[in-house]
Amino acid sequence: MKRAFLGEFEEVVLLTVAVLDESAYGVTITQEIEQKTGRAVGFSTVHTTLQRLEEKGYLSSKMSGATAERGGRRKRFFTVTTAGRKALMEVKNIREQLWDALPPQTLQLMGG
Amino acid sequence: MTKPPRWLSFLLSCFGDPNTLEEVQGDLLELYAYWVKTVGERKARWRYGWSVLKLLRPLARRKKDDSINHFLSPAMLRNYLKIAFRNLTRNKAYSFINIGGLAVGMAVAMLIGLWVYDELSFDKTVPNYARIAKPMLHQTVDGMTTTSEWVPIPLSTALKNDYGSDFSRVILAHSSGEQILAHGTSQFTKRGSYVEPGFTEMLSLPMQRGIRSGLNDPASILLSASVADALFGKTDPINQIVKVNNKVAVKVAGVYDDFSTNSEFRDMAYLLPWAQFVADQEWVKRSEDNWSVNAFQLFVEMAPNTNLDQVSAKIESVKARHAKDEAKYNPRAFLHPMSRWHLYSEWENGIPVRGRIQFVWLFGIIGGFVLLLACINFMNLSTARSEKRAKEVGIRKAVGSVRSQLVSQFFGESFLVVFFAFALALLLVQLTLPAFNEIADKTMGILWDNPLFWAIGIGFSLITGLVAGSYPAFYLSGFQPVKVLKGTFRVGRFASLPRKVLVVMQFTVSVTLIIGTIIVFRQIQYAKNRPLGFDRNGMVTVRMNTPDLMTNYPIIHTELLQTGAVQHVAESNNTTSGVYSSDSRLDWKGRDPNRPVDFNVVTCTHDFGKTVGWQIKEGRDFSRAFSTDSVGLIMNESAIKYMGLKKPIGERVKWGEEMYTIIGVVKDLVTDSPFEPVKQTVFRLNYTWTNFITIRLNPQLSAREALDKIEPVFRKYNPGGPFDYKFMSDEYDQKFRAEERIGKLATLFAILAIFISCLGLFGLASFMAEQRTKEIGVRKVLGASVLNLWGLLSKDFVFLVLIGFGIATPIAYYSLSDWLRHYQYRTDISWWIFAASGIGALAITLLTVSFQSIKAALMNPVKSLRSE
Repeated sequence: MKRAFLGEFEEVVLLTVAVLDESAYGVTITQEIEQKTGRAVGFSTVHTTLQRLEEKGYLSSKMSGATAERGGRRKRFFTVTTAGRKALMEVKNIREQLWDALPPQTLQLMGG
Repeated sequence: MTKPPRWLSFLLSCFGDPNTLEEVQGDLLELYAYWVKTVGERKARWRYGWSVLKLLRPLARRKKDDSINHFLSPAMLRNYLKIAFRNLTRNKAYSFINIGGLAVGMAVAMLIGLWVYDELSFDKTVPNYARIAKPMLHQTVDGMTTTSEWVPIPLSTALKNDYGSDFSRVILAHSSGEQILAHGTSQFTKRGSYVEPGFTEMLSLPMQRGIRSGLNDPASILLSASVADALFGKTDPINQIVKVNNKVAVKVAGVYDDFSTNSEFRDMAYLLPWAQFVADQEWVKRSEDNWSVNAFQLFVEMAPNTNLDQVSAKIESVKARHAKDEAKYNPRAFLHPMSRWHLYSEWENGIPVRGRIQFVWLFGIIGGFVLLLACINFMNLSTARSEKRAKEVGIRKAVGSVRSQLVSQFFGESFLVVFFAFALALLLVQLTLPAFNEIADKTMGILWDNPLFWAIGIGFSLITGLVAGSYPAFYLSGFQPVKVLKGTFRVGRFASLPRKVLVVMQFTVSVTLIIGTIIVFRQIQYAKNRPLGFDRNGMVTVRMNTPDLMTNYPIIHTELLQTGAVQHVAESNNTTSGVYSSDSRLDWKGRDPNRPVDFNVVTCTHDFGKTVGWQIKEGRDFSRAFSTDSVGLIMNESAIKYMGLKKPIGERVKWGEEMYTIIGVVKDLVTDSPFEPVKQTVFRLNYTWTNFITIRLNPQLSAREALDKIEPVFRKYNPGGPFDYKFMSDEYDQKFRAEERIGKLATLFAILAIFISCLGLFGLASFMAEQRTKEIGVRKVLGASVLNLWGLLSKDFVFLVLIGFGIATPIAYYSLSDWLRHYQYRTDISWWIFAASGIGALAITLLTVSFQSIKAALMNPVKSLRSE
């Protein structure tokens, strides 16, 4: 099977969805990334990334939870699919393998 | 809380990706609020705008939605159909009014549409009709310009010689009038024409047998299929001998398909060669070089690459140039194209006026109005009833219907009903077409195979369905289910305004039609009651169309009197149903030299006056006792007035080279149109210039008995011709045909318009009564009487009808005084006609509405109030 490619931002978004668990939708995801990474993220970027991840099958979504402050519109809640979890794990494994392969002196130099 | 800029949100809703629009809009709203809190409004706006711009997906399409599948599922469709039929059958009366009314309206529109189509397609069956024209002449006499298709023979030669390159054919023609065609024992009196041989080629006459060039032989005849069939039955008619008027024997050279009924030439049952006409009729021979005898018809076919209008302008002066004597009448020739013969053939003072096309417009407009009335009804009732279905909408929405589903459900229902009505209308047209053809003098059929007919019919049904269905589809489907189901739903104050406007419109049209019908009939009756100046009952005329009748007249005269079935017999050149001879060579003392002279001329035998029963006003009738009566004249009253004579009896009149004396004055005889003033007419004795025998039947015998006794006399002395006679009363009735046709059609349409309006009113009234059931119940409990309630419910409608009447009165007055102006002898438009139609309309309205309002008023209040 061809290894699924996960871009850096995609990985961040996917992880954030996993972190937020039940309450992951456009607004919370944007705010979470903003707070956690400290960088200003455009809503549109998050939105398109979410769409792309859903297309790739890493996310699934359903509509619910309309509130007055949204003008009575529903939210699209996202959850990570099995494929999504696998992809995340895979990225994490690769990272860990790489970290593990790092020579100890280099690690010290980086301040770890 | 501040809102993000409107235009940005609007932009997003228009061009955002429709698949994710809802959550994106929601998310952005939420974020906007968050941004306002965290970074301030200015930045928040900026970020909002930026996000929106980046999210615009103008070309994105909505992915297939699940709800579409629900909508098209067979179960839902079945449910819609079931509900539609239940709604129709639950309220049978309402459904009947709705569908029936629309169907009747559509049927009327279809009938009128067919009629208009037939009129417009007149003369268009000839392949190159666009290149055929009739040269005609404007001539001015005494400041009055008359326009006529009757032209002199030399015009034909002049056109050929001077403008030969513009015309590929120039053809002379003259109607033969009624002639007897005889083969063996079968004899028929038919109308035909003398034409030059190229006529058949010009019209591309479809031949069943023989050849088109058959008329090149002067002793030949072409027969229409129906005449050939009548004369020869199954035997081959080609080269058989036919005797015309028992005088000229001709050989059948061909048989052509009958001219279609919507053709200028539809009366031409046979064609005879022009050469024969010239050889047979002395006066035609004399007219060949005479520019002043305007008595013939000319047809031209344009040469290729010529422009009809240009050629028409070119030939204008042709007669004035050739005929110097005629130049004083300023004769101007022009071409009248075949495509305009039927609908645009009226001129007033040399200027084209409306002609028959005005009836096409008139009926077209009436048809449009009747259809409009029916549509108004349909929409009115549909929308009125649809409010009853607000609950259904509420429940459907509560159960999960999407708005688009409701929209298509209501449209679907509307289309269903409209197409039901369309089918019914087709059936109605099919059933009533024979009767309509009878009235309209047509032979039309439904154009089953004409795509245009279907396109218009179906297109119209679609539009009606769309308009009628749009109210429930868009208005009702927008209700909030909670409100509707709780019962707090109320229609706005002005919701009924359009409905009222429509009712007013309906009654405007209906009342106009009622007034129109009454006036048309009064005009006909007025002319019918006009004193005729002679007794038209029991009078029969026979045309003397064979040589036998001419020579044997004296003996026929005596033998007819001997039968006892006849009171008087006389000969004359014209009958009292139409005088077609005139003379201008009369001169008398005190004549105004500047005024043109024009008298109708009747030549007759001594007994003519007694036979027709004219009334002598002054002087005496012709008498055999005075031999000087051969130079005696009898004038009608109009003639005396025209000549300005105070004491007419004994006055001398110079006629050509001879001197005559007026011996008597008769009351005016209405011989021509009963709507026109009587023309000055002179009667004179002449035993040779005679064309008709007029017979006064013995009133003691029935007409049938009398005719049975007369017929053998004619058989005996005129064996070569059939015994063809005409009752003067029938001939007279003929003159009212056109007016009576208009009258009948107007009545028909008026009745239908009223019927349709009443249906609508009935439906609306019942709906109103139903809506106000509770109000009526409460009023009754509080002591309102039935009369009170009846007044309450009827008042509104009466008011609307009165407004309609107010609008209709001036419209009817102006259009009808315009119509009446065509008639010299016309009835007046008196006020009572308007009053009567107003009262009539009001009475019909009250009757219609009362049925419902009394029913509602009589209802037991317990029942109507219990339901809550």
